[in-house]
This record gives sequence, C-alpha cells and structure tokens, in this order.
Amino acid sequence: MGSRASSLLREEDIEEIKKETGFSHSQITRLYSRFHSLDKGENGALSREDFQRIPELAINPLGDRIINAFFPEGEDQVNFRGFMRTLAHFRPVEDNEKNKDPTAEPLNSRNNKLLFAFRLYDLDRDDKISRDELLQVLRMMVGVNISDEQLGSIADRTIQEADTNGDMSISFSEFIKVLEKVDVEQKMSIRFLH
Amino acid sequence: MFLFDNLLCMLLGISFTVWFTLLLVFIIVPAVFGVSFGIRRLYMNTLLKIFEWATLRMERGAKEKNQQLYKPYSNGEKSKELASLEQEMQEMRRSGSGSALGGAEFEMSDIFHFCRRGVESIVDDEVTKRFTAEELESWNLLTRSNYNFNHISTRLTVLWGLGVLIRYGILLPLRVTLAFTGVGLLVFLTSLIGLLPNGGMKSFLSEKAHLMCYRICVRALTAIITYHDSENKPKNGGICVANHTSPIDVIILSSDGCYAMVGQVHGGLMGVIQRAMVKACPHIWFERSEVKDRHLVAKRLSDHVADKTKLPILIFPEGTCINNTSVMMFKKGSFEIGCTVYPVAIKYDPRFGDAFWNSSKFGMVNYLLHMMSSWAIVCSVWYLPPMSREEGEDAVQFANRVKAAIARKGGLADLLWDGGLKRDKVKEVFKEEQQKLYSKVLVGGNRTREPTAA
Repeated sequence: MGSRASSLLREEDIEEIKKETGFSHSQITRLYSRFHSLDKGENGALSREDFQRIPELAINPLGDRIINAFFPEGEDQVNFRGFMRTLAHFRPVEDNEKNKDPTAEPLNSRNNKLLFAFRLYDLDRDDKISRDELLQVLRMMVGVNISDEQLGSIADRTIQEADTNGDMSISFSEFIKVLEKVDVEQKMSIRFLH
Repeated sequence: MFLFDNLLCMLLGISFTVWFTLLLVFIIVPAVFGVSFGIRRLYMNTLLKIFEWATLRMERGAKEKNQQLYKPYSNGEKSKELASLEQEMQEMRRSGSGSALGGAEFEMSDIFHFCRRGVESIVDDEVTKRFTAEELESWNLLTRSNYNFNHISTRLTVLWGLGVLIRYGILLPLRVTLAFTGVGLLVFLTSLIGLLPNGGMKSFLSEKAHLMCYRICVRALTAIITYHDSENKPKNGGICVANHTSPIDVIILSSDGCYAMVGQVHGGLMGVIQRAMVKACPHIWFERSEVKDRHLVAKRLSDHVADKTKLPILIFPEGTCINNTSVMMFKKGSFEIGCTVYPVAIKYDPRFGDAFWNSSKFGMVNYLLHMMSSWAIVCSVWYLPPMSREEGEDAVQFANRVKAAIARKGGLADLLWDGGLKRDKVKEVFKEEQQKLYSKVLVGGNRTREPTAA
C-alpha cells in the first residue's frame, strides 16, 4: 500500500546502482518509488503491460519500441537494476562528475545515447538498419497518413544519404556519421530532479 | 461475589450513561441544530503541531545517519518542457544533418523526440499518479503514509503507538457508534416522514431530518469542513457538479444543503437507505438496465430540473474517484440538459487522513474502516457562481469550462485525460492523432491520402 518503497531497497544496492549509472542517492530512491508504483503485480519486476498502462506512453507512436529497449533479448521482465541501467542513458552529460571511473564509458555518453537510438530502429538486433526495418519504424511514426510509395522513397533517400559502403543498410558507424552535427547530448537527455 | 457483580453492573451502568450523555450533549444536539463547539478545530491544530514535531525528529534522525529524507514531488518543482511537436521538429532541422531542403524531409534524428517524450512519461506521467493516494511532505503518524521507516526513533515509535491506541481504541468505536446512529435515524425518520401527504410540511421536515442525520455522519468521520461562498449555494431546478474523491463527498455536501441524489439502485443496506430516502423527498435512482439508456437518463434528469419544487441534483461528472490532486475529464451528459449548473470544488487536506477511495485496491468496508481510523477528515468546499451554456458552445466545451473553473478554485491540476483510464486502456485514436501530427510535419500540406495497410 502506498510507497513504502525506500525501505525495500538496501543501501548496498543503492551504492552499486550509483556506481553503475551515476544517479544520486535521492534520484535512485525516487525512481525506485516510481518503479514500485508501476509494478502492479508487486513482484519486483516490470512487464510490458506495466509500461503500457502509462497513457502518455501508450499513445506515443514509438511506445512499443521504447518499451522494448528496457527488456534484454528474449526476456519479459525487467528488474530495478535493468530499469535504472536503461534510464541512465538519458542522464544529462553535464551531471557527470569529473572524478568518475575513467576506464568504463558512462551509460549516458554520446556514443551510448546514439546506440540507444540506433537500437530503436534496428528491429532484429543484427546491428544493421535495413530498408525494411526503416520502413517499419517510419510506418509506426506516421500511421496511415502517408502512402507506401511515398514512405518507400523517403526510406530509399535516407539510406542513400547514409550508406557509405554500399550494402544498402545503415551500420552503427554510418548512423553516427549522419548524426555528427546533431546535439545528441541535449536531445536525448531528460531532467531528473534531485 | 454477588456484591461484586452488583458493583460491576452499577459501574457499567454509570459509565454507559455518562458516555451517552456526553455523546448527546457534545455531538448529537449540536448536529441537530447545526452549531459547533469548536472542539474539532482545537483537535486539528494540536494534531498539526504534533505532525511537525514528528517530521523534525525524522529529519534529525536522517541527518545523523548522513542521508536525506525522502521528499515527494510537489507541484512547483516539476518542470516539463511542453514544446509542441512542430517546434521541436523545426529546431532539429536547423541543427540537423545538413539537409538543404526546408522542413519537409525525414531525418533519422526525428526519432529522438518520440524517444525522449516516451522516457519522460516513464519517469513521471500526469495520469497514473492520480489514481493512488497523494504523497505527503510531513508524516502524520499513520503507517500507511510513511516512506522513511529507517529514520524513526524510539520516541516517535512510542508516539505512533499512542496514536494507534487512541485511533483504534477510542476514536473508532466512537465513530462507529455515531455512524450507526446517523444512518439508523436517517432510515427511521425518512420512513416516518414518508407517511405524510405531499406538501410544504413534508418538504420542511424532510429537509430538517436529512440535514440532521448527515451532520451526525459528518461527526462520525470527525470531518472538519469549511464552506466558502455560501451565497452561491445551488438552488432548485439546477444541477450541482463537483469533483469526486470519495463517497464521503456526498455526506459533506449534503450536510450543508439538500440535494436530490442520482445513482444506481443497490441491494442490501444501501438499498434500504435508498428506498427510505426516496419516501421523504424525490431522489433519482436508476435500475441497472436503465443506466445504459442515455436518453432515458437525460429525460428523467430534465424532468426533475423542470419541476421547480424539486431539489437540485447532485452529480459527479468525472464518473470515478480521483485522488484530489487533479480534475479529470467531465462526462458531457449532465451538461447537455440545458439548465443552470452550480459548480462546487472540494479539496481535502491530506495531512489528517487520505480521503481518496482507491476502489481497485480497497473495498467499501475496508475504506470506511480507514476513514474512521484516521485522525480526521479536513476539507474545504467552495461554492462557485452558477454557469450556463453560452451561445455557440457545445456540451463538451461547456463541461471543460466548468471543469477549469473548479480546478482553478480548488487548486487542482486541470487534466484532459479521462478518469476511466483508472481501469481501461487509452483509446487508439489518441495515438493516431500523434501519428497524424508527425505526418503533417514530415510531408507538409501535400499528402497522398490513400488508405494503406499499416
């Protein structure tokens, strides 16, 4: 009943999540409370239905793709660690302290943000965005409002512009090149209140 | 032995007499006449001081352990950039991947907007939190609203234990007695009044009886209510609309004025009460089958308001209980009838006891138990000036206008979302609207609108 959430999360867990994701103590407790309130089955893990219960997410054309990003390959449940790990991609870059572990790349680096976006397009997780995959994602975004032919030409043009090695699909490095002038750090960050 | 029993009986007899005399003098008689001794306000102020002290202790405890106390979001802190889809797209184009053409092309970075909006709604959204109890800044010594268990010192635990004793040992039995008295009297008196012939005397007595019994029920909940702007109180031939937080709303409004209730016919105790009430003055009870027939419902409501001798109808257009931090979509049915609408805003003070009924979590009996074992129910009622449908305004626009006025007065968030989302999934049509918006940005004005297989 209510959110007695913070009492179920142990200090050691909070410290580990802090190290791995870079969130502050209070951010972690707050997000745990949120996790707990989404977890209607109260089994310590979220399913896809739990996410779809959020109306603003359910009406998002790419809602299903975003929800999918939380679940590792072949799994139907995401626990709190996984939840935080995925959310960590959206931490603003300025929030990183200078004395963090220099060997491991933080989850919210420009590269990892781009990887997150790349995976939204890459439906079969084969590290390539094929024409077909691009078409499917475009179709999700526009619904029934644009014809197949028009959508097809949009996809073709996009691949043509991005594809540098001629394999008719977009690899991650080609993706990075296309977006090198875009302010990814700002566009793919959200403000987490302390 | 015998003497001892005698003594015991005498003692019990005396304590019962004292108990009931006190009850009568301090609670029932004032309820009948509508006056107050001010005891409840004193009680309220004392409690507030205790709660503040409790929170300070917890903060101190937390500081000693070098941690921070969990503080819930307050409405002022949240900052959501509500840039429209088009604005965001334009910005992305400008800093985009060097495409020579203006705004009408697809960029791979377009996905960022949807992505960000999606994750923002996962972290915090406007709707799902309206269906659970509001979180509090300071602890009110009820287990059900505490999030900082590890910071409670022994002193606080003792205080909490004392609180439990008082609430369950003294307050709860007292309140249950009063509740039974109030309801019993209601049924009895209304049945009695129902025997009278229709006329001025009957209405007068019925009004007095209803008011008296509801006032007893108000004291049964230790509800401390402040009514504002009573000059705007609903009059005959109108409809009173209010935001809905719990079934108690009915009792709160009815203890200050007489209304005709609208609702489904129930079985059991509720049914007995309903049948008794309708003998004394006309309420509108629908059979389950009639509820589906919207024309029938509308007709009965219009007939009722057309008759100026009948009391104003009380309706809760949200259709379900919301947690009193926002007002959700109003169903347009009551706004189509075309009579004067008297809006009322009800705002509960959550520090003393949470009045919200989470019907998916607790049943009615459980809920009433919670209510009667809280410290008190403190709320404010604002009577807003009457509104009517204006020229060229349809029922939905009128409903939204009334909703905005209620939200503004009560200090609640005004949401367009449907309260039905508590149980049902959101309709597909909203997603389709988002898709349409994006398509417009993508292709500009010239769209080939051929139906395609999605």
